Amino acid sequence: MSMSFKMALRSIGSNKLRSVLTMLGIIIGVIALVVLVSLVNGATKSVNEQIASLGTNYMQVYIWNTWDDPLTSRELETWADGEELVETVAPTIQNSATAKSGARSKQVSVVGTTSAFYDIRGLKLEKGRFLKPVDVQNNSCICVLDSIAADNVVGYRDCVGQEISLNGIRYTVAGVLAENDSMMMFSGESTVYIPFSSMLRQYAELSGGIDSFYAIPPKGVSVSDAAASVRNWLSGRFEKDEWGNDNFYVSTMDALEDSASSVTSVLSALLGGIASISLIVGGIGIMNIMLVTVTERTREIGIRKAIGATRRSILRQFLMEAVVLCMMGCIIGVFLSWCILNLANSVVQGLGLTFDLDAGVVLLAAAFCFAIGLIFGLYPANKAAKMKPIDALHYGG
Amino acid sequence: MIDLKDITKVYQIGEEKIYALNHVDLHIAPQEFVSVIGPSGSGKSTLMNIIGLLDTADAGVYTLDGIPINEYSENALAGVRNRKIGFVFQNFNLIAKLSAEENVELPLIYAGTPVRERSRRVEQALEKVGLSSRAKHMPTELSGGQQQRVAIARALVTDPSVILADEPTGNLDSHTSAEIMEILEELNDQGKTVVLITHDNDIAKRAKRSIHILDGKLSEVRL
Repeated sequence: MSMSFKMALRSIGSNKLRSVLTMLGIIIGVIALVVLVSLVNGATKSVNEQIASLGTNYMQVYIWNTWDDPLTSRELETWADGEELVETVAPTIQNSATAKSGARSKQVSVVGTTSAFYDIRGLKLEKGRFLKPVDVQNNSCICVLDSIAADNVVGYRDCVGQEISLNGIRYTVAGVLAENDSMMMFSGESTVYIPFSSMLRQYAELSGGIDSFYAIPPKGVSVSDAAASVRNWLSGRFEKDEWGNDNFYVSTMDALEDSASSVTSVLSALLGGIASISLIVGGIGIMNIMLVTVTERTREIGIRKAIGATRRSILRQFLMEAVVLCMMGCIIGVFLSWCILNLANSVVQGLGLTFDLDAGVVLLAAAFCFAIGLIFGLYPANKAAKMKPIDALHYGG
Repeated sequence: MIDLKDITKVYQIGEEKIYALNHVDLHIAPQEFVSVIGPSGSGKSTLMNIIGLLDTADAGVYTLDGIPINEYSENALAGVRNRKIGFVFQNFNLIAKLSAEENVELPLIYAGTPVRERSRRVEQALEKVGLSSRAKHMPTELSGGQQQRVAIARALVTDPSVILADEPTGNLDSHTSAEIMEILEELNDQGKTVVLITHDNDIAKRAKRSIHILDGKLSEVRL
C-alpha cells in the first residue's frame, strides 16, 4: 500500500504541469464548496447573533381590531396579573407625529407605552432615563428618544431636559436610547416614546384600544407556552373577522430564528450543491487524464504483468494515483480557501462578520474528493488491470 | 519441466491463416541451456511468450512443472511468472521512472517479500551482474549493456527456475553481448534452466542444445 502510494506520488511528480492542470478542477471545486459554505455559515452566525441580541424570550402581539370593543391597557394588565404563564406586559399604541425642536421639524413615529417596555425589549440608555410608572399615572409630558430621533429632531444626543413638540404639544426629553429601535416597523425611522396615558390624550381620536403589546413569560416558562396562552385568551376575546381569520397575530423571536435558519440552511445546501457539481466536473477531468496515463503507460503495465503483477496490484496502482491526485487537489483547495477566507475577514473587518474555515465542510470536501477519486479512477484503473500482458508488452513496438 | 504438446497458435490476417506455431512438441529438462534459433517471423517470439505465460496457445497442452497451465487462474499465472520465470528482453524493458535497484525490487514487491529481505536480495542480484555501484542510477543514465544487466538482475531476484531471454544481445555490441552471454552461462552453471531466443548462430552456439524454428515448426539442429 505504501509502495503504491510512493509510486503514485512519483508518477504525479513526473509530469507536474499536467498534474496541476488536472488538479485545478478539483482545487476550484473544493474552493467553491468550502468558501461558499463558510461564507454562508459566517453570515448565518452573524444573523443569529443579531437575533439573539434582540432578546429571544419575548413575544410581540399585534391586534388588528382596535375599534370594535377595543382591548385597553387596564384589561391587558389585569389579565396578565391573573395569568401565571405571562410575567410582564407592555401595551403600545403607535402613531406618527411632526416633531419640532427649535427650527427643526421632522416626521417621527410615536409609541405610547409603559415602563415595562424597556425591560422586556432589553433596551439600553445613552442618557437620562426611560419612562417610569409615575409618568404613566400622571400623563406626564415627557418623552424618550431613540438615537436616530435625537440626531434628527434635536440634532445631538446629549439632549436630556430639552423640549420638543409633538404635533404642537410640548414634551421634555427624559432620556435617549443608545440604539435605533429597529424592531418597530422600518429601521432608520426616528422613534419617540411617550407614556401610554399621554398617548391617549395626545390623540383624542383613538378608541383607547392598544394596537400591539409585548409580553415575556416568567423564568422557566418557554415563550411558545406563553404565546399559546395569549392566543388562547385573545381568540376568546376577539371574534374572528368576516373571512374567519384571527384578529390578532402573535410573533415570537424563535419563529424569526427558525425562519432565518431555514433560509440559511437552504442557501448553504444550494451553494454546496452547485459547488459539488464543479467538483464532479473536476472528477471527469481526473478520469480523462487517467485514461491518457493508462494508454501512455501500456508498455509499463505489460512489463509489470510480465514480472508478476496481478490485476489487483495494477488496479490498486492506478486507483491510488487517481485518489492521491484528488486528495492533493483537495488539500491545496482547502489551503487556498483558508487564504481566501482570511482575506474576506480582513475586508469585512468591523462589520461584525467573521468567516471561519468550517471543519464540517472541510471533512465533507475531503470525503467528496476521495469518493470522486475512487469513482472516476475506477474505470481507467480497471482498463489497465484487464490488459493482456502480451498485448501491453508489445504496444507501440 | 517445460513440456509442450501439440501447441498451435494461429493468427488470422485477413483471409489468410498464419501458423506462428504449428503443432509444436518440445520438452526442456531442468537445468538445460537451450537456444531457439530462427529468422524473424518464424514464430520464435510466440514460442517464448507461450513458455513465459504471457500468451496462451489456441490448441495443445503446456505443462509447467507437471501442472497443465490451463488449470491456473489469471492470478495464479501472475504468481507463476513472478516466482518461476525470469524474463530478459531485447529492449531491456526497464521502467524508466524507477532506479536500477527499484526496477530489480519490483518482482519482490509483487511477491510480497518483506522490506528487509527485499533490500538484501536486490543487493545480491545487482552484485551478481556486477552493478552494485550503479544501484541508484536511473535507466537513462546506464549504457545498454548495463541496462540489460539490470534486467537480468530483475529476472533472477525472485530466484526463478527458468530464465527466458528473448534476443538479449540484439541491441548490444559484440563485446557487451559476450558479457551478457557469460552471465547467462554462469546462471545455467548455477542450476537455472535458460531458454535463449536468437537469430544469431554464434550466440545460439553457446547453448548446449539448439532448436531451429521455421514457419512455426521446430527441428533439433547441431551447430
